[in-house]
Amino acid sequence: MPDLGKYAATVLSAYAATIVLLAALVALTIWQSRRAKRALAQAEARSGADHG
Amino acid sequence: MSIWDYANPVRFMRLTGRVLPVVAVFSAVFLVVSLVWGFFFTPDDYKQGSTVKILYIHVPAATMAVSAWFMMLATSLVWLIRRHHVSALSAKAAAPVGMVFTLIGLITGAIWGQPMWGTWWAWDPRLTSFLILFLFYLGYIALWEAVEDPDTAADLTSVLCIVGSVFAVLSRYAVNFWNQGLHQGASLSLDKEENVSDVFWVPLVLAIAGFGLLFLTLVLARTRTEIRARRTKAIIARERRG
Repeated sequence: MPDLGKYAATVLSAYAATIVLLAALVALTIWQSRRAKRALAQAEARSGADHG
Repeated sequence: MSIWDYANPVRFMRLTGRVLPVVAVFSAVFLVVSLVWGFFFTPDDYKQGSTVKILYIHVPAATMAVSAWFMMLATSLVWLIRRHHVSALSAKAAAPVGMVFTLIGLITGAIWGQPMWGTWWAWDPRLTSFLILFLFYLGYIALWEAVEDPDTAADLTSVLCIVGSVFAVLSRYAVNFWNQGLHQGASLSLDKEENVSDVFWVPLVLAIAGFGLLFLTLVLARTRTEIRARRTKAIIARERRG
């Protein structure tokens, strides 16, 4: 860990805020992608079954 | 093979299915290398002390926040002119990513500004236009959610995107237009006098590339999600009809 001196809290809080926001965005993107994939698979299976 | 061929959702899904993992890996590598380099292996600035390390997240986030809006402008214009759904959906997909980058720019700027300027916030032209850009992102996302018909939503949000572009331009060039306020000029410049010192330059450029690749990864992934959601809605609508 580098010596951040008197600005340690400033630098660390900027990095922490960035990491939290980016991690939340990536997690949300993955979750929405999985949910959309599952919903489409179910709809296509239903539609396929309806059309015999 | 023309670029317009990828306006076909099937072709877009096929291509991005292959490209996305590669872009995601490159994005992770660039981000980790640049941020570790910037945080651990660059010296403190003689004026800013260790707060100069915030440069490696603030500048790339702010750069991508404005670039994301320009990407949305381009795809919105394609939608308005050529009516390609993938284009409208990619603009919709980019908005939350651009909004988060804008928020990171605002937060890290405020955290840096407190010890350096003695204030968290100032009504400086660049900061103010950047805040307005953030509000435009929120409005754009809200408008997509508020309008039920997707084509109407795409039309209205495209117009909003064109209007908001004024603030995207101001966020980037306000310093040059007004030459006043607290915010300094560009960190990267072709003019060697204005450019940041070489020791900060390389990790900063790598970090901008990393944020750019992360933006591309997220927009591709989210556009694929939007295309799937649209297809699901079409199937459900067909079921209801008959």
